[in-house]
Amino acid sequence: MIRLDGVGQVFDGRAGEVRALEEIGLHVQENEFVTLIGRSGCGKSTLLRLIAGLLPPTSGRIEVAGEAVSGPRRDVSFMFQRPALLPWRSVVSNVMLPVEISGGDSERGKAQYRDRAHELLELVGLKGFERRLPHELSGGMQQRVSLCRSLIRRPKVMLMDEPFSALDALTRTELSAELQRIQMELATTIVFVTHSIEEAVVLSDRVVVLTPRPGRLREIVEIDIPRPRSLGQNAHLTEVAQISGHLHGLLSEQERPVDLPEARR
Amino acid sequence: MTTRSWLTHSRTAAVLLPAIGLILALALWWLATIVFSIDSYLLPDPGDVLVTFLDQPGYLLKETGVSLVETLEGFLLAIVVGVPVALLIVRSVIVERLLYPLLLGINAIPKIAIAPLLVVWFGFGQWPKVLMVLLVCFFPIVISTASGMKSTPVELVELLKSLNASKTQEFFKLRLRYAMPQIFTGLKVAISLAVIGSVIAEFVGATSGLGYVITQSGASADTSLAFAAITLLSIMAILLFYALVLLEHLLLPWAQETR
Repeated sequence: MIRLDGVGQVFDGRAGEVRALEEIGLHVQENEFVTLIGRSGCGKSTLLRLIAGLLPPTSGRIEVAGEAVSGPRRDVSFMFQRPALLPWRSVVSNVMLPVEISGGDSERGKAQYRDRAHELLELVGLKGFERRLPHELSGGMQQRVSLCRSLIRRPKVMLMDEPFSALDALTRTELSAELQRIQMELATTIVFVTHSIEEAVVLSDRVVVLTPRPGRLREIVEIDIPRPRSLGQNAHLTEVAQISGHLHGLLSEQERPVDLPEARR
Repeated sequence: MTTRSWLTHSRTAAVLLPAIGLILALALWWLATIVFSIDSYLLPDPGDVLVTFLDQPGYLLKETGVSLVETLEGFLLAIVVGVPVALLIVRSVIVERLLYPLLLGINAIPKIAIAPLLVVWFGFGQWPKVLMVLLVCFFPIVISTASGMKSTPVELVELLKSLNASKTQEFFKLRLRYAMPQIFTGLKVAISLAVIGSVIAEFVGATSGLGYVITQSGASADTSLAFAAITLLSIMAILLFYALVLLEHLLLPWAQETR
């Protein structure tokens, strides 16, 4: 579904060129859940933006569904760390925003999307909140609305940039359980960025570990634990602990004494 | 509920407190005229002012109407011209650099200095007054609109980008809407200035309006009439301001909570 070949990204910083990503090669299968994990500054968010077509890569090639990515695509949705809801729009009209922006739907098409919006909101437990304004909802509920918005156009690919990192631990566990359920139900390909090892282990089929400055592929770890998985009550605690330990090892190895940006050395 | 929280949170107190403030000020004024036995041609007491108003309410209200229309016309014109200019400034750095110093310069000119010129150019009719109001309102409207549109959060801009939104959609569906609370702040500053603008213009060359009434009463040392006109001006300014506050509450129910 997604293919990355020799992808590199260089930014022009004030102190000269900053190499954010180097030689990234990755192939994400259809319906696969892949997590990008790494310390801050390893370019994981940049990589996600490249796949989304929000940034053009400096080098290499990115394909989604067999086509080279040249800009944002209709069948790819992006979910941010913050809910990014428009404060003057009701919950349901926030969910409908992507449909409204792309336009071109007939009245019937729009009505179908509207029904779908209500279904999705019900799916994430927000039935009865459709007419509320974002500020009337808690952070977790807002992020659920944001999740519905990214699902409204039935994307083939969902790109998620640390979507749960601003939430409290309990909401986070709930939402990651919901995300697993939704992915099984709707069969989408997901690329997920996080710096939480727990989250990566619970959610992913494969975890891609990136090293910082410049971001390179360190290792790809397969997670072969049966689903549904959860953090609280897990039948596979030993495997989880083993993989978590391994990931932890990979991430701490990267600690370097000199923490200066590449360009200043 | 404690007395303090009643005073800060209840609706009745929200109306009552400003009224008490006003009454206290009037009482002090009245007291001052009595205690210092000030002659009424120097400082009339509130009663004199009220009597003067009741002598010729029709005339005074008509002149208030003239000033009100000038103020509103100039104010609306400033919105019609100011918002698109702000849009251009936000959209293009070149336009911003071209226009900003010019706008600052125009804003820095004391408007009273231009008033006679406006009379020379546009005569004694309504136009110089409307233009004066436009001049004083323009700057706060442009600045607040531009800075409001620039303050759109990055993640919302990126969201629209990820949805492949056009520039026009980004402006109308996001930036302009997001700027509304700040635009209203600019409008509130502008409406207060607008009243001043129309009076300044009426001082210089007019045959009607409250500014004209004030200059005329000054010439004949009719201080109570001047005070009646000034009071009407203040009332007009206060009502216009609160009309905007009300409009903001009705149009932007989301803004009160999100700020």
